[in-house]
Amino acid sequence: MKVAVLSGKGGTGKTMVSVNLASVSGCAAYVDCDVEEPNGHLFFRPTNQEEESIMVRSPKVNDDLCSGCRKCVEFCRFNALAYVGGKLLIFDDLCHSCGGCLLVCPEKALTEVEKPMGKVQVGSSAGVEVLTGILNLGEASGIPIIHRLLKKGQNLEDQGREIFVDCPPGTACIVMESIQDADYCLLVAEPSVFGAHNLAMVHELVTLLQKPCGVVLNKEMGEENPSRDYCLEKNLPILGEIPFDNRLGSLNSMGTIAARVQDNYRQWFDSLLETIRKEVGHEKITHPQR
Amino acid sequence: MIVMIPVVNDNASTQVAANFGRASYFMLRDTATGAMEFVKNSAADSPGGAGIKAAQIVVDHSPGALLVPQCGQNAADVIRGAGIPMYQTQGFDLDKNLEALIRGELEVLTEIHSGFHDHGAVK
Repeated sequence: MKVAVLSGKGGTGKTMVSVNLASVSGCAAYVDCDVEEPNGHLFFRPTNQEEESIMVRSPKVNDDLCSGCRKCVEFCRFNALAYVGGKLLIFDDLCHSCGGCLLVCPEKALTEVEKPMGKVQVGSSAGVEVLTGILNLGEASGIPIIHRLLKKGQNLEDQGREIFVDCPPGTACIVMESIQDADYCLLVAEPSVFGAHNLAMVHELVTLLQKPCGVVLNKEMGEENPSRDYCLEKNLPILGEIPFDNRLGSLNSMGTIAARVQDNYRQWFDSLLETIRKEVGHEKITHPQR
Repeated sequence: MIVMIPVVNDNASTQVAANFGRASYFMLRDTATGAMEFVKNSAADSPGGAGIKAAQIVVDHSPGALLVPQCGQNAADVIRGAGIPMYQTQGFDLDKNLEALIRGELEVLTEIHSGFHDHGAVK
């Protein structure tokens, strides 16, 4: 089972929910796909950590061989190439490493060079495998790191672990990649108009990708909640509500996993996980093609 | 001299476009005769790298100058690579800008922004 935890904005509680779910699972891997600011490791403090560098390829031109035919410039749909003043200009930041320019070059003037763009760390914390993706400062896209993380996550799922993917905030490409293989999407929402708007954005995304989903209403204050109104209006299942609690806030701020230290939170996340397992099982029966 | 300007529409009453890479058209204007021609900016709907592709279009028409309100780093690399001078427009009125250019009142564009990639996130 692979559960992706996401939200339309930062700070709703994605990491808090995913680290706690992974902690109560009994046999889990936590995958931090928020590669621009991974913070799950602050809670897990994984040990025996191994690190792997993630490389990307980009083209390099041999000016002596380039005939200026521009086939590569026309081919590149990301416009990472331009031909100016008798020279090929290459914009690495826009390159998606597809290698197409090398294939279309009739003069074989292009070769590929590799450079590191981030890393993946794997460690463990009280039985939970902790996978962290880290994008180097200044890099434009973390997608290659997500691919590596999800591949490692898949291996761990094949070994019988439940996978909890902590997604980047928002609805951009990097989030779409992160939830691509998820069996279930858990949307975490805040009780505000802004929160409801961001919930609507992620809901639209998961609907587009035909992912079954449910909502956790976080920081619930027992008052008006536009996010709850949205769920009721759209018939979105609310899997749980976490009341606003100063103690939970301070546990989080100290990097403590609430379910590991407080019985009430362990029970709460246990029952949330049970609900998710049922939802996923139910989905597998009603949508056997997934 | 033939100058090139990003514009909003392909008619004589058009205005300078606020954005270079995603302007709808480029106007080619002969400052001596006033003759004008329009080139559709096929870069406008690119998912990414519009500035580079638009700059390639400009470079391929080898104008004597490019008049723009602003320009991103990548596009500027391409335009400068071709040695085409860039002048900064003042307001969006086309004729006023052309007159200002002829009078030598348009300044060379020196401030290049880092681009609006990732919604303008600071790198």
